[in-house]
Amino acid sequence: MQFIADGILNASLIALGALGLSMTYNVLRFANFAQGEVLAIGAYFALGAVTVIGAGVGVMGPIKFGWPLLVSIPIAIVCTSIVVLMVDYLVFRPLRNSNASRITLIMAAFGLSLMGRNLIHLFAGGDPKYFSFYIPKAIEIMPGVKMVPDDLAIIALSAIAVVSLHLFLKRTNMGRMMRAVSENPTLARINGIDLKMIIRMTWIIGTALAVTAGTLQGHIFQAKAEMGFDMLLPMFAALILGGVGNLYGTVLGALVIGLAESFAVYFDLSAYRAAVSFMIMLAVLLVRPQGLLGERE
Amino acid sequence: MTPINQHKVNNPNNKILEVHNLVAGYIPNLNILHGCSIHVCVGEIVTILGPNGAGKSTLIKAIAGLLNVVEGHIELQGKNITGMETHRLVREGLGYVPQTENVFAKLSVAENLELGAIHHRDTMAETREKLYDLFPDLARFRNLHAGKLSGGQRQMVAVGRALMASPSLLMLDEPSAGLSPKLTQVVFQQLLKIRDSGVTILMVEQNAKAGLQISDRGYVLAEGVDRVTGDAQSLLHNPEVGELYMGGHGKSTMENVVTATTEVSEPSNGGDSA
Amino acid sequence: MEFLGILSFLIFFLIQASFFSLTSIGLNIQWGFTGLFNVGIAGFFAVGAYTSGIMTGPRYAETWFGGFGLPVPLGFLAALIVTAIVATLIGYITLRLREDFLAISTFGIAVSIQLVANNLDELTRGPEGLYSLPKPLSELSESPLVDNALYLLICVAVIGLVYWAFERILRSPWGRVLRAIREDEHAAMAMGKNVFLFRLQAFVLGSATMGLAGALYANFIGFISPTDFLPIFTIQIFVMVIVGGSGNNLGAIVGSVVMWAVWSASDSLIAAVVSPDFQTQAAAARIVLIGLILVLMLLYRPQGLLPEKHVVSAAGRMKLKGED
Repeated sequence: MQFIADGILNASLIALGALGLSMTYNVLRFANFAQGEVLAIGAYFALGAVTVIGAGVGVMGPIKFGWPLLVSIPIAIVCTSIVVLMVDYLVFRPLRNSNASRITLIMAAFGLSLMGRNLIHLFAGGDPKYFSFYIPKAIEIMPGVKMVPDDLAIIALSAIAVVSLHLFLKRTNMGRMMRAVSENPTLARINGIDLKMIIRMTWIIGTALAVTAGTLQGHIFQAKAEMGFDMLLPMFAALILGGVGNLYGTVLGALVIGLAESFAVYFDLSAYRAAVSFMIMLAVLLVRPQGLLGERE
Repeated sequence: MTPINQHKVNNPNNKILEVHNLVAGYIPNLNILHGCSIHVCVGEIVTILGPNGAGKSTLIKAIAGLLNVVEGHIELQGKNITGMETHRLVREGLGYVPQTENVFAKLSVAENLELGAIHHRDTMAETREKLYDLFPDLARFRNLHAGKLSGGQRQMVAVGRALMASPSLLMLDEPSAGLSPKLTQVVFQQLLKIRDSGVTILMVEQNAKAGLQISDRGYVLAEGVDRVTGDAQSLLHNPEVGELYMGGHGKSTMENVVTATTEVSEPSNGGDSA
Repeated sequence: MEFLGILSFLIFFLIQASFFSLTSIGLNIQWGFTGLFNVGIAGFFAVGAYTSGIMTGPRYAETWFGGFGLPVPLGFLAALIVTAIVATLIGYITLRLREDFLAISTFGIAVSIQLVANNLDELTRGPEGLYSLPKPLSELSESPLVDNALYLLICVAVIGLVYWAFERILRSPWGRVLRAIREDEHAAMAMGKNVFLFRLQAFVLGSATMGLAGALYANFIGFISPTDFLPIFTIQIFVMVIVGGSGNNLGAIVGSVVMWAVWSASDSLIAAVVSPDFQTQAAAARIVLIGLILVLMLLYRPQGLLPEKHVVSAAGRMKLKGED
């Protein structure tokens, strides 16, 4: 039972990151290999913010991360979004304008991903960084299942983020416009939708989700330059497993991947965690390429 | 057949759209339009005809801002809209229904209509009610995904979506494409109703005869240039038009060509047969 | 002495450049000629290196599956076969799907191979790696200079052979179909070509070439470990192919030699100029630079320094959609 609880925690982080990936995939129409670095850069911005505010202040009851972490997330989202929008302006926008192929965009993202990781190395050093040094005290939430209160709070936060994204896409005008663009950009323009504005919004939302995932992950474990790159395969696996373009599918996919990974850890195969998601992904592509909840193209 | 051309609208001083000497294409240095000029007056239905590859759709796309205009200019309600970005044209009063992929298939009919009105939120409810009156089917299908509808119903959603922005000029690219002759008549009758509600219409049509029947005027394009123009009746009987269609051979009028190349059947008021 | 020093450095440099050249030619047939995006180059290179290492290495550990001590040419052959099998599996599953699935899957295979290299001690000896791998023809001479010169000959021969073979097949009807697929998949399909099969063949051929390059590398260096096969390697190869001009095999070789020279020179420069305290930062900055070169090339000179010879007209590249 314990591994299910761990798996859900893991899944909630994968889901956040994968939903961000899904946003850019649907609207900008390419697999953003630099999404992992968005997550990592966000975590480092949040770490900076927490350090400035003062780690350990503002502890809220049993939850140790306290308000500084919650405040640092929006700060990190703003900072990371500025970086991401600048990169889009300098790299992806000219490529889009010159009608570059999807593969060119992916390759540029792959190059940017390498740059991002090494820029973190350059500015923050190669050692892992810790948000705080407290010793978490697990509580028994069910017979035989123990969880740290922070982890429960993180699962709750992720759930809130997922529900907000759902409501945003379904209920708001902006969300409806994004869905329209993801289905047919030309028709969206004909309807008066400003594609540039939608693209900016998509980057910001994708970034917000990734930064939230990165900050929470950094809080539970540590922040390091490769933290996002290591998450890339599970995120892609969740996306493909659930069916590209289907948000519920992505959440479901993240759940399966998260549980499978913690299952692997349970059976002492933690070294092969990333390979587990890859195997699941290949199996899905072989048997049901449109994913669990996806529609056939 | 009597042409529906009763009201006096062809007042050249009241142009809603003026396209002057347009040169445009999909790729640099490969223009499809080579100096094309047309105009549309308020309250008219104008049809653009021409053989395949004449540049009919290109002309409409260029007006809609989807192509780079190399030369010439486009004026909408007296305002120069040449090179204006597509998404800004909605606010200038231009509606456009493309030939294919003209609805958001994964969105509901109601959502499609709402997307038509993103710049007209305040009048949305009112416009929608009017639209539901005009097309009761839209109200009936509002919660269905547009992708689930038949060809004729989709066409209705596409037109309805464009009308939600209360356009002054509605452009349609082959509204009868893929529809049965019966259904074509239904759609064209609806276009007449729309015109009577105060929307000027410019359309591209393969089905020349059916198109001209509801039109006031028409243009025949060939090789990217407007070659013949005139009121709908005269075009039907103009031998020059037939020549353009047949690539310069034969001396047939439009009437003969049309019967030979299209599948127009007796108009009827039948329902949606798709 | 001075002359011999320069000569031996030059030979060493060219041998290394030839590993990159061969890998670049392999990528060129995938990316340059067929438009397949392989993000797992380091992985296929590693498969070849480890396969040859396992086949040709001496059996120095009881718990190790490998160490068959086979002749080196057999190791190379095994590397070709095993990489081809891995590529067939991946290609079979993903090449029917949208192009980004291939990118994601090849990325996945590279990550998974990293994990296997690091953790499956029985096969790969983990972080410790494989060592004492035999170098062919080294028994002929006592002098390392002659040794290396002979090895360079082997490398040049292999590259020459592969280059000649690829040029031939790319000029054949088969190669023309590949380019047709890259330019317009649907047109190729309409011509009755089994696009999937052509793609699979190109992908397997390219990946096997990368595997062969890996084997050449392993038996030259004599020691391989997981850190030799990082994602940076994949980017380096892409930069080499793009700098050289994708779709041009000679360009791939030129790009590899030029970029490897730049890389080696910057290495020496950093070692000479940067103080030891900042060596790691300098190394990171250099990797940032490689990424930057890739992005700048994509932005400003996507056709590379030596563009493909038979360029399809701009009109051919664009699909004329929706015209009446």
